[in-house]
Amino acid sequence: MMFLKIALYLILAPLIGGLLSGIDRKISARFQGRQGPPLLQPFYDLFKLFEKQALVVNGVQDFFVGGYFVFILFTGCLFFVGGDLLLVCFALTLAEVFLMMAACSANSPYSAMGSQRELLQMMAYEPMLLLTAIGFYIATGSFMVDDIAKSSVSPIAYLPGMFFGFLYILTIKFRKSPFDISTSHHAHQEMVKGITTELSGNILALVELAVWYEDVLLLGIVGLFIVNMQWWSFLIAAVVCLFAYILETFVDNLFPRVKWNSMLKSTWLVTLIAGGVNLLILTLVH
Amino acid sequence: MNFLENPSFSYIMLCAFRMKMRGNKFKGETVVIMEMIATLMVFPFLAALLIACAKPGKLRDGLIFCSSIVIVATVLLLCINVLQGGKTQSYLMETQMLDRIFLIAELGLMGLVFYYGIRYKRYYILLLSAAGTLPVVWMEFAGRGAQGGDHIVVDYLTLIMCLVVGVVGSLICVYAIGYIKDYHKHHTEYKDRSSFFLSMLFVFMGAMFGLIFSSNLTWIYFFWEVTTFCSFLLIGYTQTEEAINNSFRALWMNLLGGLGFACAILYSSMALHIANLQDLVAAAANNKAVIIPVTLLAFAAMTKSAQMPFSRWLLGAMVAPTPTSALLHSATMVKAGVYLLIRLSPALYGNLAGVMVTSIGGFTFFAASLLAISQSDGKKVLAYSTISNLGLIAACAGVGLHQAVWAAILLLVFHAVSKSLLFVSVGAVENITGSRNIEDMHGLIVRLPKLAFVMIVGICGMFLAPFGMLISKWAALKAFVDSKSVWLVLFLIFGSASTLFYWGKWLGKLVAVIHRSAQLKDTVRKSEKGSIYTLTFLVIALCISFPVFSNIFVEPFLSQTFHDTIGAIISSSDLNVMLLMLCMIVILPVTVRLLTFGKANKRVISYMAGVNEGDDRTFVDSFGHEKSMYLANWYMDDYFGEKKLLKPSLVLASAIMTILMIIVIGGAI
Repeated sequence: MMFLKIALYLILAPLIGGLLSGIDRKISARFQGRQGPPLLQPFYDLFKLFEKQALVVNGVQDFFVGGYFVFILFTGCLFFVGGDLLLVCFALTLAEVFLMMAACSANSPYSAMGSQRELLQMMAYEPMLLLTAIGFYIATGSFMVDDIAKSSVSPIAYLPGMFFGFLYILTIKFRKSPFDISTSHHAHQEMVKGITTELSGNILALVELAVWYEDVLLLGIVGLFIVNMQWWSFLIAAVVCLFAYILETFVDNLFPRVKWNSMLKSTWLVTLIAGGVNLLILTLVH
Repeated sequence: MNFLENPSFSYIMLCAFRMKMRGNKFKGETVVIMEMIATLMVFPFLAALLIACAKPGKLRDGLIFCSSIVIVATVLLLCINVLQGGKTQSYLMETQMLDRIFLIAELGLMGLVFYYGIRYKRYYILLLSAAGTLPVVWMEFAGRGAQGGDHIVVDYLTLIMCLVVGVVGSLICVYAIGYIKDYHKHHTEYKDRSSFFLSMLFVFMGAMFGLIFSSNLTWIYFFWEVTTFCSFLLIGYTQTEEAINNSFRALWMNLLGGLGFACAILYSSMALHIANLQDLVAAAANNKAVIIPVTLLAFAAMTKSAQMPFSRWLLGAMVAPTPTSALLHSATMVKAGVYLLIRLSPALYGNLAGVMVTSIGGFTFFAASLLAISQSDGKKVLAYSTISNLGLIAACAGVGLHQAVWAAILLLVFHAVSKSLLFVSVGAVENITGSRNIEDMHGLIVRLPKLAFVMIVGICGMFLAPFGMLISKWAALKAFVDSKSVWLVLFLIFGSASTLFYWGKWLGKLVAVIHRSAQLKDTVRKSEKGSIYTLTFLVIALCISFPVFSNIFVEPFLSQTFHDTIGAIISSSDLNVMLLMLCMIVILPVTVRLLTFGKANKRVISYMAGVNEGDDRTFVDSFGHEKSMYLANWYMDDYFGEKKLLKPSLVLASAIMTILMIIVIGGAI
């Protein structure tokens, strides 16, 4: 069963992730009055990237990117086989640190700037991520994803504030405007491609693929808010995930990028108010 | 300027112990254990005396090395012996003569403080020292002190502390042999008093052993003051103006804590007739008034552990040579404070004294980790990180629940090992490159690959899964959630996020690969290398073997203290997952080969918008001149700088501490 789940995740996640990315690009294009690329364009891009030779600036970059890729997959597997949610957060952090180190090792101005911004993003979203895990624990009595998914009432009933807070940090995690400050889908002027500036060819392809895996993992957490022991709750969860993704696309197109300080302040404030108050009430009631 | 008091004192103590041993008829095994305890309490002082007299040279180095081996061996033997016995053992019921000797030594110590206070014209020191020492001495001589109770207790916590002090402390002493030579080579402006310095390290260890074996409050107080005085001497080692100022700051803050300790002794002895620590904690359940000495002791512990508002002395302590900082931060001094808090933890559960400790600890964890962001001096970052982690340990102890104290003890152990590793490696880098600034560590992985690797292990050990500190933070988080402490949970999650930021950017600096940079000549001495690699090994070994460590030492202590047993705090499936992560990191190079199979990478220079000058070190500026590139980390001084945050944090912490102490003590009276 466990191996089946892992296999399913490893095969399906990139398909879903790529497809979502295609939808994202299509919607964004329509926003801007363009036709947009075909739905499967992200896959074509990825295959092409894998074909290409990588240009590297040193010998350790591919090592760190490999670490990032492996640990993102590991984290996803851990989540979908029903592991400990806190450990999922910690493993995700480890993966991100690998990506940050890959950028730092390049000793290039743009990727160095991207790496500092990436760290700042991690600092911004980490509290809310941990708080979400804690929220699930208090609401359902367990940190294990398996047990949470079998609760009698959907956790969102207890965790509306946390849900909002999580959607807020999802913008950072999906690298969407207004919080796409460390890198983004579009090469921005002042930071080129930020953290991925010095990555190319098949190494960049690994990063792209890892991002799809990560997106599915994050949507999995969104879904976890919705699911309960009834089978149909999984369908609702899937719909909610799709809506959450499209919502992020809308946000991406509607808001201009902000500076790092507004991102940090607003995220911590949302965490404190939406997450903290939710936690406080939950602790008092339970 | 030799420290004459200690050697003579230790000799007397040794004789007294021997006499005691002959007088009492102990059974075989007990005598062995008692002998070993006596050795640990006395031997470091004797070693210190010999080292102080020795001339710098091979003989002295050999002496330090052998003494360290003796200490480590005795600690290990003691652990084995006590574990075989399997229960808490206590010794020395009647010790009037020893008590007297302690009091005289106490007065001698006060005399030394007076000497320094007058010599450097800091008269407030005299007042603080006298106010702490004299009443206790008076009480004991007037015979008004409580009698009875054990004077020496050995339980599992004692063993854990023994291992930390003995093993980590000895490794730092060995490291100091090589370090101090290079230190004086680079700093010819300071007088070479290295024999004094090295002997002080051993005095410090001896005092720590005394502190953790003692159960009698007056005895603990004496050793407590010895560590205070030792740290004062070590911080002032270079005798520059800054060093002297900082050493006096450390002295007054810790003497203030000592004053609190003295008040606790007076109250518990005269009003409650309790003379020892274990009895005091046991009495807390039935007697409301016990909360007064407990609060005062907690106050003393928090000054020693550099909790806000007393954090500034530990930051000042980094003017001293690196082994001092390593010893103060990891194995001794600050750990004495949290050790006392852990001992007190059952008495802190569910009362206002506990609230005081948790709120100060939690706040310190958060504030110190924010402050660390703005620092670029390697040792200062380490200092803030120490303060912050001690805050977390204090908070865990203050919660006073089984699993919170589990987290506290493991934090203490992991922190001791990782932090000493970081200090010694920063010290080694400083001796080679002449700088301990994190900015200057840019590209260390190429210039000093071995030290950079060691440092990376140390840093990962501080904050990343699957390494040590994270495991204990995880347990702490669970304990806070279970005890429904919303504020602590919030402090912990925001503090962890800031921790991630400052360690992350340090890691980034280390792994940068700069074009055309060459390896530096590695001049790390043999003794330093030995200690650095042993510590590295310990960090990794502990992260694999901590469940075993927990089963042998921590769990038995906790079930004794809390009279219950709880299931595994980190479940075995999670442990397996973490072990898997560790394996994955180890085999990562192979995995990466497989992932990028069949593609030969092409080397290029990094992208600089097309204005590179042939490599990634220089570029053409807007005037057409060549300019060298410099990549700095973010420090965000406007947001997290000391100017901005330090004062408000200190004021807030002082307010919390004062108000809660007044409420607790006032309420109990």
